[in-house]
Amino acid sequence: MSLSVKHLLGIRDLQRQDIELIFKTADQFKEVLQRPIKKVPTLRDTTIVNLFFENSTRTRISFELAEKRLGADTINFSASGSSVSKGETLIDTVNNILSMKVDMVVMRHSATGAPHFLARHINVPILNAGDGINEHPTQALLDSFSIREKLGGVEGKKIAICGDVMHSRVALSNIYCLKKLGAEVTVVGPPTLIPKYMAEALGVNVTYNLREALEWCDVANVLRIQLERQNTPLFSSLREYSLAYGINRELLDSLNKEIVIMHPGPINRGVELNSDAADSKQSIILNQVENGVAIRMAALYLLAGERKKMLETEN
Amino acid sequence: MAITIDRLCHQLIENHLQFENTVLIGLQPRGIYLSGRMHQTLMKLLPNTHIDYGKLDITFYRDDFNQSKTLHVPSETSIDFSIENKKVVLIDDVLYTGRTIRSALDAMLDFGRPSSVELLTLIDRRFSRQLPIQPDYTGRTIDALISQKVRVLWQERDGKDEVVLID
Repeated sequence: MSLSVKHLLGIRDLQRQDIELIFKTADQFKEVLQRPIKKVPTLRDTTIVNLFFENSTRTRISFELAEKRLGADTINFSASGSSVSKGETLIDTVNNILSMKVDMVVMRHSATGAPHFLARHINVPILNAGDGINEHPTQALLDSFSIREKLGGVEGKKIAICGDVMHSRVALSNIYCLKKLGAEVTVVGPPTLIPKYMAEALGVNVTYNLREALEWCDVANVLRIQLERQNTPLFSSLREYSLAYGINRELLDSLNKEIVIMHPGPINRGVELNSDAADSKQSIILNQVENGVAIRMAALYLLAGERKKMLETEN
Repeated sequence: MAITIDRLCHQLIENHLQFENTVLIGLQPRGIYLSGRMHQTLMKLLPNTHIDYGKLDITFYRDDFNQSKTLHVPSETSIDFSIENKKVVLIDDVLYTGRTIRSALDAMLDFGRPSSVELLTLIDRRFSRQLPIQPDYTGRTIDALISQKVRVLWQERDGKDEVVLID
């Protein structure tokens, strides 16, 4: 068994079997993380570079921890303080790092398609840790993995993706992942934050009414408002957004059932999600973070297998 | 096969009596059928005793990660008891090069420090060891060519109990 891809650039390229293989592998890594010694020597001959051209807390720590738990050596790179500010190109930066015998690349970049571009030019597995407004595959995998853990499966479940769908790579990856696993997806948010033709292009339901979506769904995955990606104002104020699309205790209590609350972090408390909802029993936000390490271990482990094949074709 | 398993169980009882301080660990993926049978048989032979029994997967500890053509898919590990200062009996179906057992020893040490470790195997392929590892309890000893494969089939998994030689 192995993946059908050499790189993890996006969920778009994966088959359903790939996702299931990653989950099956992550189950075992989750068990490893419960042991007294939470570390296995599998990738002890592998060096992995974490290239972060954009800020990150969770994803970077999670990847680094996953790499260390697999026994790999890691190097961390962040764009600030590097030669990127001197004008070095992306390929030059990466090729220089690779010539120091690095075996895998984890990359986050603010430009959509940056990891895809790199994958065409270098011969090591690349894991996309988020590219612009395109995809964030490991986040989507850990989200679906967390749903599977909480509800016993993903197939046939109803998932509402709420908020800033337009600027969210988490949303796009989640839609691909959930659809491939047979879930039903509704996106909800203000019309200015939901792309046109979304329903036709991706086979999801679109609504602009939060209550309607919450009453329909089993799980609400609440997105962060990405002010850093909004060049022109798309809603009048955070206060108004919060009144129309913020999720709070009162709203959750008024629904006819108990739904699961998810958030990829970082939370804008009081904007898209109130503390009384984020910290409640319905929320599995911290389980998502915990599962992230196991999912990333699984992705790294499976792609390291691809690295062997790439080396064989090289020689 | 049932007679051999019975004999192995009696040999274990000779050395471990009531199993107060002994645990059984079967190796994934195929050793767990033998360990499961042995656990059942021991419970019948020693009613009213409790014997801790776990399963260990060694996929992440293999020494051929960079050599084998296909990636190994991990199986379940479940050891929900402490092995600290216990006598551990590792159980696998076929002992061949000894590399699986080497990996198993590594994997096991991540769960604690046992007071002793013994190895029980249904089939011992003699003269094929690549590491200094020998079984303490053996069901049958077999001489087979290196090009041949010895496979133990189990009722639970393959529909019949049988040991076959595959060319």
